[in-house]
Amino acid sequence: MNIFVCVKQVPDTETKVTPNGDGTFIETSSIKWIMNPYDEFAVEQALLLKAAAAGSTVTVVRVGSLQDTEALRTAMAMGADEAILVESEDNLDSYMIAKAIKGGIEKSGKTPDIIFTGKQAIDDDCLQVPQLVAQMLDMPSVSVVVGFEHNDGKVSLKREIEGGAVEVYDVTAPVLVACNKGLNTPRYASLPGIMKAKRKPLQQLSLGDVGVSADDRRVKYSNFQLPPEKPPGKKFDAMDEANQASVVAEVVGLLRNEAKVI
Amino acid sequence: MSKVLVYSEVQGDTVKSVALEILGKLAGQEVDVAVVGDLPEAGVKALAENGAANIHKLTGTGLEQYSPEGYSKALKSLIDKGGYDYVMAGATSAGKDLMPRLAGMLDAGMASEVTNFTMDGGTFAGTRPLFAGKVMAKVEIAGPKPHFVTVRPNALGMPESATAGAGNVSEESVDVGEIRAAIKEIIKGASEKVDLTEANIIISGGRAMKDAANFKILEECADVIGASVGASRAAVDSGFAAHSMQVGQTGKTVAPSLYIACGISGAIQHLAGMRTSKVIVAINTDPDAPIFTKADYGIVGDLFKIVPILTEEFKKIM
Repeated sequence: MNIFVCVKQVPDTETKVTPNGDGTFIETSSIKWIMNPYDEFAVEQALLLKAAAAGSTVTVVRVGSLQDTEALRTAMAMGADEAILVESEDNLDSYMIAKAIKGGIEKSGKTPDIIFTGKQAIDDDCLQVPQLVAQMLDMPSVSVVVGFEHNDGKVSLKREIEGGAVEVYDVTAPVLVACNKGLNTPRYASLPGIMKAKRKPLQQLSLGDVGVSADDRRVKYSNFQLPPEKPPGKKFDAMDEANQASVVAEVVGLLRNEAKVI
Repeated sequence: MSKVLVYSEVQGDTVKSVALEILGKLAGQEVDVAVVGDLPEAGVKALAENGAANIHKLTGTGLEQYSPEGYSKALKSLIDKGGYDYVMAGATSAGKDLMPRLAGMLDAGMASEVTNFTMDGGTFAGTRPLFAGKVMAKVEIAGPKPHFVTVRPNALGMPESATAGAGNVSEESVDVGEIRAAIKEIIKGASEKVDLTEANIIISGGRAMKDAANFKILEECADVIGASVGASRAAVDSGFAAHSMQVGQTGKTVAPSLYIACGISGAIQHLAGMRTSKVIVAINTDPDAPIFTKADYGIVGDLFKIVPILTEEFKKIM
């Protein structure tokens, strides 16, 4: 079975993010990059599936800059067999990324049976690439997946919707599965895994190789700026039991009369 | 002036309110609405009052329940006839899944989850948070039309005044063909409350809740004010609450009118999911907890003491 996993490299949650000088993007020089957290669930599910389906390979695909290849190295250290990197700037839009992923998969020479992705990337939170890749490859897709069972090309998937309800889908592969937290517990890369990852094949492609050009840009971002600072709020001390009732009454009064939200 | 199609979801006997929020922002444009399946009279009325010119009900075999393929094909058949400049929808579970698929079918661009937008001269320009809300940016769309936009529920707010539209209802039968990924069954969630992403008021608990059973005090307060109950990642990872309740970067992004954070310190990961809330109340024993820097009203105190008093105070005024 040809299993593909798409990963994205994103700024670590704790990293400070500021607009660049001219507000056209963010300042990327001092950012610590990590694999998108949702993609870890995708890599783990791909490895679980590989273990269950003899003769499978896991190919991990990433579109992005060369300045740090943390996401691909992590995926291969966890156990993915090979990697494809489509080199680009870090500010492509979802359409360009999806088209580049499609091109990368096609360049691998393998026909995908199952593609795993994270349900969204935590940098731009667009939630477009999984569905776009599926559409471009004419595959069905199921997103926000919290349950995965595979049996001889038949896949049963659980998709989380509003209020914690779950939709159950039965699909015949090929299918794209966009993974959510709760699907599995991603493994850590072992030290031997990290050593082995260095010898695993990594195919490097340019955007031109996969047929993506500047004309493919659909979404333009500008005016990057820090969010407006909130004026300091009102803070009340209610550690002492004696004034708890009066503080709460005052806050409820403010919610009703000042903020007008109750 | 642009021609805009708004995809609206039906909820109970009316439409999800995010569709009305979007209609409010589109005053002055030519606006049609599409729903899949039946639309109760109250939904027709709400859409017409808020500016819908034509309301298209799309029906056919395979559209009895949601599927990204079936719904996107149904909407595409309407878009192919309509000459729309924009297609907009709420960034709900279905909207987020469906709109990119549809945009992909038409090779079109899409702006995701905007929190505000303008239509000056009939051209869309949106604003949205990026990088966990650490920066805001302007977003514009280029390339083949129609352009697609999803809007974060509650972010725009309900229109203060509405311009009514004709609200002509038509039913169109569409053949969506084979659906490869179809729903076999739906397993109901534990909560009957409004989903966090669409809730107007949210009360959330953090690590300081200490135990799953203690969320009962938040539930009691929520029942009084019609709130939904959320949780921080610390509470979810400690097993106090289900992942579907998690607010934050690896959970849900919410924008309620009122967000009450109980025993939540305010890690970046949590702030990323709730910082666009209009009014934030924080209850925490640690006066230096980061959550207080984002709170409009902070109460330094023990949530187990404060929340029950809060519930009683709310009872007095509700």
